[in-house]
Amino acid sequence: MPFIPNAESDREEMLQAIGKRSVEELFSDVPARRRFPKLKLPRALSEQEVLREIGAMAAKNRGADKVSWFLGAGIYNHFIPALVPALASRGEFLTAYTPYQPEVSQGTLQAIFEYQSMAARLFGVSVVNASHYDGATALAEAALMAWKLDEGRDKILLPEDLHPEYKAVLETYFSSFDVEIAGYRGAPEDAGVDGRCACLVAGYPCFSGELHGLGRAAERAHAAGALFIVHADPLMCALLESPGAQGADIVVAEGQSLGNPMNFGGPGLGMMGATEKLMRRMPGRIVGEARDHDGRRGFVLTLTAREQHIRREKAVSNICSNQGLVMLQSCIYMAALGAGGMRQVASLCYDKAHYAASLIDGLEGFRVRNRSFFKEFLVSTPVPAQTIVDKLARRKIMPGLALSRYDSAREKELLVCVTELNGKAEIDHLVAALKEAAL
Amino acid sequence: MNLSPEPLVFELSRPGLVGCSLPGSDVPPAELPKNLVRANLDLPELDELTVVRHFTRLSQKNYSIDTHFYPLGSCTMKYNPKANEAAAAEPGWKHIHPLAGDSETQGALELLYKLQESLAEIGGFDSVSLQPAAGAHGELAGVLMIRDCLKARGEGQRKKMLIPDSAHGTNPASCTMAGFSTQTIPSGKDGNIDIKALEAALDDSVAGIMITNPNTLGLFERNITKIAAMVHQAGGLVYGDGANMNALTGVFQPGKSGIDVMHFNLHKTFSTPHGGGGPGAGMVAAVKELAPFLPGPLARRRAGKYELAMPEKSIGRLKAFYGNFGVLVRAYCYVRMQGAEGLRRIAENSVLNANYLRARLEKTYKLKYTRPCMHEFVAMGDVAPGIRTLDIAKRLIDYGFHPPTIYFPLIVPEALMIEPTETESKKTLDGFVDAMLSIAAEAKTAPELLHAAPTTTPVGRLDEVAAARSPVLCFRG
Amino acid sequence: MSVDAKARYAQSHEYARQEGDLVVVGISDHAQDELGDIVFVELKEAGKKLEKGQVFGTIESVKAASDLYMPLSGSIAEVNAGLQADPALVNREPYSGGWMIKIKPDAVKDLEALLDAKAYASLVGEE
Repeated sequence: MPFIPNAESDREEMLQAIGKRSVEELFSDVPARRRFPKLKLPRALSEQEVLREIGAMAAKNRGADKVSWFLGAGIYNHFIPALVPALASRGEFLTAYTPYQPEVSQGTLQAIFEYQSMAARLFGVSVVNASHYDGATALAEAALMAWKLDEGRDKILLPEDLHPEYKAVLETYFSSFDVEIAGYRGAPEDAGVDGRCACLVAGYPCFSGELHGLGRAAERAHAAGALFIVHADPLMCALLESPGAQGADIVVAEGQSLGNPMNFGGPGLGMMGATEKLMRRMPGRIVGEARDHDGRRGFVLTLTAREQHIRREKAVSNICSNQGLVMLQSCIYMAALGAGGMRQVASLCYDKAHYAASLIDGLEGFRVRNRSFFKEFLVSTPVPAQTIVDKLARRKIMPGLALSRYDSAREKELLVCVTELNGKAEIDHLVAALKEAAL
Repeated sequence: MNLSPEPLVFELSRPGLVGCSLPGSDVPPAELPKNLVRANLDLPELDELTVVRHFTRLSQKNYSIDTHFYPLGSCTMKYNPKANEAAAAEPGWKHIHPLAGDSETQGALELLYKLQESLAEIGGFDSVSLQPAAGAHGELAGVLMIRDCLKARGEGQRKKMLIPDSAHGTNPASCTMAGFSTQTIPSGKDGNIDIKALEAALDDSVAGIMITNPNTLGLFERNITKIAAMVHQAGGLVYGDGANMNALTGVFQPGKSGIDVMHFNLHKTFSTPHGGGGPGAGMVAAVKELAPFLPGPLARRRAGKYELAMPEKSIGRLKAFYGNFGVLVRAYCYVRMQGAEGLRRIAENSVLNANYLRARLEKTYKLKYTRPCMHEFVAMGDVAPGIRTLDIAKRLIDYGFHPPTIYFPLIVPEALMIEPTETESKKTLDGFVDAMLSIAAEAKTAPELLHAAPTTTPVGRLDEVAAARSPVLCFRG
Repeated sequence: MSVDAKARYAQSHEYARQEGDLVVVGISDHAQDELGDIVFVELKEAGKKLEKGQVFGTIESVKAASDLYMPLSGSIAEVNAGLQADPALVNREPYSGGWMIKIKPDAVKDLEALLDAKAYASLVGEE
């Protein structure tokens, strides 16, 4: 039997110590009529059989390992240095629990502290927590946190140019509360933030890839007494001014792009940072520095009185885990690339995306809609974008996201993403294929 | 354990180093938006070997299942099979995108579908959503589903959720997020829900009850079918917290015994690694009436193809995309290796192991509830004057064991909540018992050893009060 | 555990002690002992008008958190800024340096509705 180390003779001895004749007797509290049902499951497989079955299933997919990849929209195809999974998959990290006993969890705790410190610098904020489930839930929890600061305010102001699934998650999280979720078009500084707003949310960049400066929006949000929440691309923050430096109170992000595979969209990494003033209002785990009686530096989970197990029904959130391993991968990624490497990767994305955009914009019938963008941009297409996606699939190119997936009225819009993994020849090939597909 | 102090990445930084060789650009440079150029990026700069040694050394400062017995109550720290990791590392999973379209991801949808089906069968439910990313997330899904189901019945005024005092800690916070108020139901002398107190609380404001079964005392709720019937009779619904399902796989199907909606922690019962805090997966299962409210999308099979679809009256999305997919692959691998017989064997051996530890320790570490336990039990650590559970826990570290869960559940003073799991051998359990008995003896003869513990770790007990009074949450060099 | 004979007490363990036109409010010695080492006290601002039973702040230790309730209606005249830097004052001297807010009460006689020192001492089992 897999993973059971005791032999029949061990079990006999144990039963004797307990004073029972059979294991079944230990289940006498379970209603007899319901006890030991016969489960209808396929027969058990050995390790070699199961790996063959799962390998065959995985092989049915077509992903960036087989296809030229230009699809992003929240999950991005970036290079992952070999050391990242090699270190993060060490059993001592992989099979440890939440670091409740700090003396035997210093590895996990110090890594979280380092992640918090690096992410805080990247975002330009004072505090970063140990992570949320993904970018969408981090945004929803940030908005909840803003609302809970002053429940007299009953409006959340979101960009219409926000990932539709992020908006859907936010709506689920607010579905029990009497709060208006309003949308605005265009730049966040023109959102019309008012005294009813708990927060103004901005994308940096937006879902369409459009990039707006944040400074004026921050001023206007603050003048109205609202918090300014920014959903950022973390890699872009290595190249362009941080949201914190432009006045953001809370910064959230999907951290998958920092050293984690696309993995069909999960697990992701919900990053959240905030100003020092909001430190004790943040949901989620936070690690802080501490000293032992000999003055040695160590790290502990701290400010725990904010959390669900202590504040119970008054907690800011019910979250009681973090995306430990995903966070660790991002921590190792940031440490390995460092300031220079992060800038270089961001720069490669920027240059390649702009190269691709300029060529696509020159194609007849195609037009790039963005004024300013980082690695992703929106293209108007002469024929339905989904038709292009289907045609290019046959040529082993995934050209981007046809926005008709989310909105049937946006039939001729294609969201294209270019990263450091896309070579010039591959981009040229994409452009040629787009041209042919439009004929 | 690596006892040497390890500097922070910032302290190891040397200007100009990069720990990964990166390509140059093959396209012309583009002009950056002038007003947004970042002047200063103060991140560490390290060479590759320094990064490798740093994180390897950090890893050596952890206790983990791979290195130590880790009997944390209600956390189910069982062996995480390496086959799970191999299955999850397939390139065909790592490189696929959630928005690539159903035709490009048939293998992934097939896995989701088959896992949904297996978990529904194990729990005795009609339908399963794999979207929730953790136990607390599944719990939130469940209470939102109860809210919407009651609304659909025209009973939206029901706003009170009953929570036994032996339930898990996240329950009240989840209720608040779903707009419910909570009322605590006390345990009776036998450690099960006090039926009289429950009866008194059942009025027409009751939305339902959240039952952790086995509860956090490690006891099976003997009156489970009766309690469910009482709550249903009163117009409420029954939520099952499946965090302790490791005692019940192949033993009891909650969905066939009155539980309407329930989450399982795949990172506990289904052996996916805890990763120092996550990612987990908290799938949620429902009986027929509640199935249309599940969070989505779900995978389904139509005309020989797999596709994603939103349940008809879904509470909506709980996260972007489809759950923690990488975790789901591991859980699928595990379920497939176990089969029906293996799943029952898991529950039997986890309960046998827990009862064995209980029998060997109960004379020394007193129990508040003396019935046979399920997968875990709760003892008390006050074995000598001036000795607290915290001291026992810290001393265990010096003996090479991760401590049990301490001071939980709150209804047992000086609680030591011990869950050995089925993957530990009698030999390991005997070693743990020897350590526990030896510590109890030291508590009387040499209590200073307990107060000073641990001494075999990179740091001793840390001053958490000072850390919370003047928080240092980032490196400030 | 000490009980300040000059103060009156709420069931939720806040004390209220008249000083001139104002009423000084904090938590009892018993309450601080139950909470353990206080790490943070957050108080509403001066000028805020609150009814009896409304929350005027929260207090946190490493292992617990608790709301603080107005023992009587009135407006907050002053808050103890010293608790920001040294929350342990609540542990060391709950009735003096560890006070939290001063209330300008709507009616001083509302104090009479609170427990006197003797009744409070017996509530917390301190005779």
